[in-house]
Amino acid sequence: MTFFEGKNMYAGYGATMILNGCSISVDKGKISVIVGPNGAGKSTAMKALFGMLPLSRGSITFEGKDIVHLRPEQRVMLGMAYVPQTSNVFPSMTVLENLEMGGFIRVDDLSSTIADIFDLFPILKTKQGQVAGELSGGQRQQVAVARALMTQPKILMLDEPTAGVSPIVMDELFDRIIDIAKMGVAIVMVEQNAKQALQIADSGFVLVQGENKFTDTGSSLLGNSEVRKAFLGG
Amino acid sequence: MIDYINAITLLANYIIVPSLAYGSQLALGALGITMVYAVLRFSNFAHGEIMSFGTMISIFIVWLFQSIGISINPLPTALLALPFSITATIILLLILDKTVFRYYQKQRVQPVTFMIVSVGVMFFLAGFIRFLIGTSKKNFDDGERFIVKASQFKQMTGLAEGLSVRTSQSITVIVTILLVIFIFWFLNKTRTGKSMRAFSDNEDLALLSGINPERVIIITWILVGVLASVAGTLYGLDKGYKPFVYLQLVLPIFAAAIVGGVGNPIGAVAGGYIIAFSEAFITFAYKRFLTYLLPKEWAPEGLVQILSTEYKFAVSFVLLVIVLLVRPTGLFRGKTL
Repeated sequence: MTFFEGKNMYAGYGATMILNGCSISVDKGKISVIVGPNGAGKSTAMKALFGMLPLSRGSITFEGKDIVHLRPEQRVMLGMAYVPQTSNVFPSMTVLENLEMGGFIRVDDLSSTIADIFDLFPILKTKQGQVAGELSGGQRQQVAVARALMTQPKILMLDEPTAGVSPIVMDELFDRIIDIAKMGVAIVMVEQNAKQALQIADSGFVLVQGENKFTDTGSSLLGNSEVRKAFLGG
Repeated sequence: MIDYINAITLLANYIIVPSLAYGSQLALGALGITMVYAVLRFSNFAHGEIMSFGTMISIFIVWLFQSIGISINPLPTALLALPFSITATIILLLILDKTVFRYYQKQRVQPVTFMIVSVGVMFFLAGFIRFLIGTSKKNFDDGERFIVKASQFKQMTGLAEGLSVRTSQSITVIVTILLVIFIFWFLNKTRTGKSMRAFSDNEDLALLSGINPERVIIITWILVGVLASVAGTLYGLDKGYKPFVYLQLVLPIFAAAIVGGVGNPIGAVAGGYIIAFSEAFITFAYKRFLTYLLPKEWAPEGLVQILSTEYKFAVSFVLLVIVLLVRPTGLFRGKTL
């Protein structure tokens, strides 16, 4: 049984269908990466998986349960977390307050989770009193991921976590994402930097026009000459 | 030397003491407007009438207490009435929210539409209030009127200028300080306050974090109710209650919120005092002040008044325009309109 799976999803905005039967799945502690050309429906697939966009057909299961009717907040309660591509922090609040808000639904003590997160992202510990809107792009992405981790999710969904950051910061973010997966969290992410992302992916999904064009392990997609030619620049 | 002290006393009596009180009233009003703007994202033109409603309830309660002989002499009975007017104003706001504002909130209408809705609410409330209490001026400041009387002050100090401090002025300043401290503590230290700021910062992310928007909106209206009824009652206590004045009061209050940076609570408080002090400094007649300071031959003949007091509101508008031109986000970086 797959841990988390969106199967044969159809969805769109108004009359325009964006997703035409795409399927995404991930297992505990594994990393799934969604790649594809612009407008292929990558971010839409993420939104559909998280319940921010209603499906017109298809199913979404989490730990064997059908969750297709649940609202995003309810999915957060179940143990899902989502990091949007843009405006993914509370800009006028401090780093620490961002983390507190991330753990808003928890009624227990947050301090041990915050300590764990500061171990994972040491830079945030030194910046904890600073306002998130004044941080650099890479640091802000770390705050965004950290905020999502505050609910101790079983699935972490990241929409282009490395958008707009330098290559060095990108490598570091990928390292952190691998660390998070090693803690047993399932990770689904959309990435522009397809090559690097597929290198750390356990499974990869190449979307074209809202459909799965290729679905395989990260390394075999990288080895697939057709995929390389069409999507990874040779 | 004695001339300098007289000059300063003159300024204190005519500008500093009254502006501290007026500025506090504006600050509380602007804080209410800024909170609605930050959380519900619209400019609430009904705010002046909400303040008026709170004051009206205070007056009714004061009348009731006076008729059955309850008082807290030397303090004004209005202080005793505040908890009741706060409760009534909160109930009014929650009813307005349920019946009017929530509908437009759900539709996610443009801020401009929302603003027009609030203008409608303003006219409705204005009529409703006049219907209940009439249009004439009501004074309800009982108790000891002065803490320091001008004549007493002259006697005590032997100065030519007197300084008077009215009870209502000092109560205004003290209550404002306490309320502002409470609001800032609430917004920065409590979980609920932080969730309001988070909702204001990034509504979608707040939803993803499990923050309940219904709760945030209701708590915002409750705080706005407290701020509006206290601000209105203090203003009425200080200057006398006349429903029409509260319509005009919206203008300097909005100016205060925008000058400080709309959506920013610190800006709202600072803006209140900035507007109050500029109005006073620009409409003050400096003749006597200069007579004290300058050599006798230089003493001015005219009033040396930059603008006559009728143009008080023009001052806030000029400041508003200057700030919007030079620094649209306001002095304390609020949200751009």
